[in-house]
Amino acid sequence: MGTTKAADGAGALLDLGETVRELREAYEGGRTRSVAWRQAQLRGLLRLLQEKEAEAFQALRTDLGKHHAEAYRDEVGLLIKSTNGALRQLGKWMTPEKVWVPLIAFPATAQVVPEPLGVVLVFSCWNVPLGLSLEPLIGAIAAGNAVALKPSELSPCTSRFLADNIGRYMDSSAVKVVQGGPEVGEQLMEHRWDKVLFTGSPRIARAVMAAASRHLTPVALELGGKCPCIFDAMGSARVLQISVNRIIAGKWSSCAGQACIAIDYVLVEERFAPILIKVLKSTLKRFFQETDHMARIVNKRHFERLSNLLEDRSVAPSVLHGGSMDAKNLYIEPTILLNPPLDSAIMTEEIFGPLLPIITVKKIEDSIAFVKAMPKPLAIYAFTRDAALRRRIVDETSSGSVTFNDAVVQYAIDGLPFGGVGQSGFGQYHGKYSFEMFSHKKAVMKRGYLVELTLRYPPWDESKVTLMRYLYRFNYFAFVLSFLGLRR
Amino acid sequence: MAEETVRELRASFAAGRTRSAEWRAEQLKGLIRMIDEKEAEISAALHEDLAKPHMESYLHEISLTKSSCKFALNGLKNWMKPEKIPASITTFPSSAKIVPEPLGVVLIISAWNYPFILSIDPVIGAIAAGNAVVLKPSEIAPATSSLLANLLPEYVDNSCIKVVEGGVPETTALLEQRWDKIFYTGNGTVARIVMAAAAKHLTPVALELGGKSPVVVDSNVDLHVAVKRIVVGKWGCNNGQACIAPDYIITTKSFAPELVASLKRVLVRFYGEDPLQSADLSRIVNSKQFTRLQDLIEEKRVADKIVYGGEADEEQLKIAPTLLLDVPQDSAIMTGEIFGPLLPIVTVEKIEESFDLINAKPKPLAAYLFTKNKKLQEKFVANVPAGGMLVNDTVLHLTNPYMPFGGVGDSGMGCYHGKFGFDCFSHKKGVLIRGFGGEANARYPPYTTEKQKILRGLINGSFIALILALLGFPREKH
Repeated sequence: MGTTKAADGAGALLDLGETVRELREAYEGGRTRSVAWRQAQLRGLLRLLQEKEAEAFQALRTDLGKHHAEAYRDEVGLLIKSTNGALRQLGKWMTPEKVWVPLIAFPATAQVVPEPLGVVLVFSCWNVPLGLSLEPLIGAIAAGNAVALKPSELSPCTSRFLADNIGRYMDSSAVKVVQGGPEVGEQLMEHRWDKVLFTGSPRIARAVMAAASRHLTPVALELGGKCPCIFDAMGSARVLQISVNRIIAGKWSSCAGQACIAIDYVLVEERFAPILIKVLKSTLKRFFQETDHMARIVNKRHFERLSNLLEDRSVAPSVLHGGSMDAKNLYIEPTILLNPPLDSAIMTEEIFGPLLPIITVKKIEDSIAFVKAMPKPLAIYAFTRDAALRRRIVDETSSGSVTFNDAVVQYAIDGLPFGGVGQSGFGQYHGKYSFEMFSHKKAVMKRGYLVELTLRYPPWDESKVTLMRYLYRFNYFAFVLSFLGLRR
Repeated sequence: MAEETVRELRASFAAGRTRSAEWRAEQLKGLIRMIDEKEAEISAALHEDLAKPHMESYLHEISLTKSSCKFALNGLKNWMKPEKIPASITTFPSSAKIVPEPLGVVLIISAWNYPFILSIDPVIGAIAAGNAVVLKPSEIAPATSSLLANLLPEYVDNSCIKVVEGGVPETTALLEQRWDKIFYTGNGTVARIVMAAAAKHLTPVALELGGKSPVVVDSNVDLHVAVKRIVVGKWGCNNGQACIAPDYIITTKSFAPELVASLKRVLVRFYGEDPLQSADLSRIVNSKQFTRLQDLIEEKRVADKIVYGGEADEEQLKIAPTLLLDVPQDSAIMTGEIFGPLLPIVTVEKIEESFDLINAKPKPLAAYLFTKNKKLQEKFVANVPAGGMLVNDTVLHLTNPYMPFGGVGDSGMGCYHGKFGFDCFSHKKGVLIRGFGGEANARYPPYTTEKQKILRGLINGSFIALILALLGFPREKH
């Protein structure tokens, strides 16, 4: 295994092979196993988030132009909540679960014992760079693993923030940050890990999983997709306004739409499109009086990608609102489109930006078939008060999750597993699911020597088979009779 | 052909045929009927493929599969029920639940050593979860493979559950298709190929592999009982050709002689003086495996460590139970999974040293410990990673449907049996329903200081913050 170099926060060169070796040694040495160690790390993380809040906000603003309210709401605040939750529940998660044992095995006890997988690798993403790094870290540590974290190089300030601070607040022999670009990611994947969590695009996910297969490393992939928002008739003006508020929050207030669970496009009945668009426009004006309150596009490449989506000849005529772009500041105005062609890039690829296509359908129920024809997304949203429509959406569509009458907030609920299905990925985390993602549930059964069922043993004959038949049907009565020779 | 098969199954699945509890129950009942009515044929196929003793076929394949089916049938309604999640202050008012849904169209690739149960058991989980299934039985157990291909269409819905027979070319063709999950039982080499193929489509996989399942034998045991359990777990399981069969024993130097003597006694009791003639031992599945096993004991530094057995009959493909004492750690027999009737016994000074020995090797599918010493038991559980563990017995844990069965590290990923089988083939979809009652203006831009305070409170689950937010603080200035 050749040595490879990657840059760390201090600019010095790090030997990747050495990094992995150190993590392995730290884990094999047993330090990550105790409750005390895990709690200490989580408390360290908590202190980091509390003491370095200002620096974290600064990093997020520099990387993405994220307002610190959004940064708190979507990243720092949630992380503090998760860390506290993990500290509170750690004991419960670590406790073996007692399991029922069939009488035939008497006397015996059975339990399922969670154990750490070992040394795990977390690939984070640039759009929620703190959250997507530290939320998995919480789970990996709670589960007792040693962890390597590779933040995205596309959010370099946050990456540096993590590299500078994690080692200061946590056990740097067992929790390491590795900075760098795709080459570093590739080199990391040449090593053997006990689990890899990847958040990002399907293209790179394929490469990560293929690399993992060489070592039979289990992976979890958190991808994205086009998250649709089905918008049903709303009844009162108040409810309409609230729904629009929430749609805006779920699109433009979520890193300017650059979020795997942001609303990608809206489906609405033809006749309601005008009122929806009207309220969207007026509310957008109210919410985004200053450009300061919406994140910017992360970099030039994505800016160009998004402007290409809009400048596509077949798409440009459908722009109803916004559309202006500031290449220097990487800012794109909240933009609404009405019925761009379904085969255009903006309707076939995940948008990941502040452009919202509105697609009209004849009847709102037609949305279901529309959504089903697309790859399974990470989230499906529907604003409706119709219980029958709700039921149909849950039963007939498939997605990571479904949220009714709001968007994105499902991310904040600890009790709901967060993850995709189909093209949006596999593996789930948040809350106890984070702990489970990085654990192996070991089945442990203990027997005694007291009762011996000699019919288990060869030499075998028909009478033994008959006895086993009774036992296997849990027909203990017949078994006893037969055993005592009182039954043919 | 593979493409057509998948297309047909996708259409059946999309049409919703596999979704209802009734359909799933019908299929499971069909499988139970199949096992009841065709027990003799199944046993005969297993005997043809492996010379498997009738008792073993009944004990380990037929009856286990049937009880697995019944367990799923009984649990089905409960497993399908959504799970309610406690409400959260952060999103008040709201209700949340987790809804299990089928992944879609799944591929199950089975193995040759327990060709019946390793085919049907995963299928049970896939069906219970509401998926459409392709089962590819192992071509190395051809009688069972063709029996399954013939029987399943008679007992289950052939438009949703199909058997595809074949070897490498057919399996490769199947692996090129897009599946919603692939479940593979077998060895690490092919597992890597399966996972790499799955990576192309981002398909999740479950891999049930093997490893060297160690048996640690302490001196503080009821030796006779322990040895009987070890012997039946090794040679009573397809003559050692089982992923959780004891692979090798570790014991103390001082205890080894007694252990070996007891093993010999029990082996004679169970299989007679001439075990090659015993009807209670499976044969080796084919000549390739036979030669592999022969090579293991013919290795120079190993051949002289045989303390019992070693006989073989190439024509019948039979190898007698063989014990070896103190083979070198770097010999082939101690590096790869044996998967046969050879049992090396390795000795250490103190019994605790066995843990380090085990941990120096890849994580096994099962690890066994025989001891009455509770402290040793606790140390074992805490310090030896393995798929599953059993203290004072072997193999049995896989019969408990309340325990997850699966590997870790090189012994695999994912688990099944009982509800775990259902979960293996399901997606747990989070469903959140919000109302319009609690509208927190604090969420929305423009972001003011007052809003941020309330938002902080809400995220931290503060009740006061919730009240303030509900009361509409901060008041919007228009």
